Amino acid sequence: MDATDQAVVVQATGVTRRFGSTVALDDVSLTVRQGELVGLLGPNGAGKTTLLSLVTGLRRPDSGEVRLFGGDPRRPENRAQLGTTPQETGLPATLTVGEVIDFVGGHYPAPMTRAEVLERFGLTDLARRQTGGLSGGQKRRLAVALAMVGRPRLVLLDEPTTGLDVEGRNVLWQALRDYHADGATVLLTSHYLQEIEALAERVVVIDRGTVLADDTLAAVIARVAMRRVTVTLPGAQAASVRALPGVVGVEQAEPGAPFQLLVADADELVRALVRSDLTFHDLEVRSASLEEAFLALTERSATEATR
Amino acid sequence: MTTLQLAVLHTRYQILETVRVPIAVIGNMMFPALAMFFFVVPQPEVAGDPTAATAAVGQLAMFAVMSTCMFTFGVGAAEDRALPFDPYVRTLPAGPAPRMIGRMLTGGFFALLGLIPLLLIGWLFTDATVTGTQFLAAAGVIIAVALPFLGLGIGIGYSMSAKAAIAVVQVILFPMAFAGGLFMPPEIFPGWLDAFSQALPSRAGRDLLVQAVTDQTAGAYAVPVLLGWGVLFTAFALWAYRRDEGRRFR
Repeated sequence: MDATDQAVVVQATGVTRRFGSTVALDDVSLTVRQGELVGLLGPNGAGKTTLLSLVTGLRRPDSGEVRLFGGDPRRPENRAQLGTTPQETGLPATLTVGEVIDFVGGHYPAPMTRAEVLERFGLTDLARRQTGGLSGGQKRRLAVALAMVGRPRLVLLDEPTTGLDVEGRNVLWQALRDYHADGATVLLTSHYLQEIEALAERVVVIDRGTVLADDTLAAVIARVAMRRVTVTLPGAQAASVRALPGVVGVEQAEPGAPFQLLVADADELVRALVRSDLTFHDLEVRSASLEEAFLALTERSATEATR
Repeated sequence: MTTLQLAVLHTRYQILETVRVPIAVIGNMMFPALAMFFFVVPQPEVAGDPTAATAAVGQLAMFAVMSTCMFTFGVGAAEDRALPFDPYVRTLPAGPAPRMIGRMLTGGFFALLGLIPLLLIGWLFTDATVTGTQFLAAAGVIIAVALPFLGLGIGIGYSMSAKAAIAVVQVILFPMAFAGGLFMPPEIFPGWLDAFSQALPSRAGRDLLVQAVTDQTAGAYAVPVLLGWGVLFTAFALWAYRRDEGRRFR
């Protein structure tokens, strides 16, 4: 299936949104087509939630344009095929699970039945419970279920499995894959690489309000999967360390202290270190956190821009 | 989904949410009834005088409606806006109208419910009396005089946080009720206060309501004063609703 043949579901063009002096989104463009499963990946505060709030019509961009199914998302009729989920589990505490499902379903022309929703999300036993009495994981499952109650063609999920245990997470992931397999478009945000890896086909990396990468899952994984290497190099200068193969970032607290290196290929770096004349000791290699990988990506895009 | 269907849906669930917290409903019903019982019933010169007693019921009914409008729409809307469920509801395919209509019907329903004990006490323990025509006229007037306060409540609810809204509602509600002659009849006001009072929407509403149930006539300014405030508060409500984008981030 060639995605470019499909109808455009979400179209953001040159979107900028500020909050006071903070620029949450800076000239962001994004196109999502029918049937895609797109992951928006970025650290907290990157602008993911702001972008979603523009797509759902909760906020207006300061400049640029956002189209949802070709129309203005601030108009209710353009949201008839949209399903979302609250980021926090703030459900009306005094209503029961079944009542909340019926309330949300009542907004859509052909919603799932209460029984179907309960079944799909493993909530059948909880139908008569007030949402205030549910556990965190149960609330989360209900919140995600609400996004699909109206059988929308586009589902937006903001951090869908935050705070869930492994089993709860797998139930939700499976429900999302099933829903996507039925032909729906899914756009989800996460700051967990693992979640994006498990679900998304296409990944958009966003940080400090700009899109850093927009590619297939495999291509993005290759870019952000980095190693952090700690090594003491007596007498070495930062510049010569930076010139070693695969080094993306170099940090040193003070002269003589161990270097903190961020590298794309740790094996290659170690081979180069051995071949070089540099004396080294206390070598340590571990996986870089997603946060570190993002920082490296931003630094790299900043230096590329100045070149 | 038509706006009407959605308004019915929102009303049903808002009433359901409210009745699940019975104390909120009972509290709403108690205040005007208790005020009647403690401040009007023990005074024979008021309770024993059909006109004064009926006017007292009208005044407290006006207060109950004003209070419901400002608490339900002012504080209630501000509290709802702070809940994470509110921005979620705003992403559903429904405009602001169904929620607003739902809120108005819910507020109206509980305001009328709150009048029942007040009317019962007035009927059983005082010489307050109305004819069927007067009762129907009063029902119409009370809805009309509620509208400006609805606008004020919505304006407050959508322009500030819940904590600020509680403070502002209390600061406005009680002085405006007192100066509007809802706790003490304006006949005993000094001249300057009576003149000031005539410019208030609470006084205008009170006078029109009392006119509907007794032979006291409202001043010529009551209707224009009420309309003027109504226009102002409606503009305030629209402005506040439009500028609101959920919680503010700075």
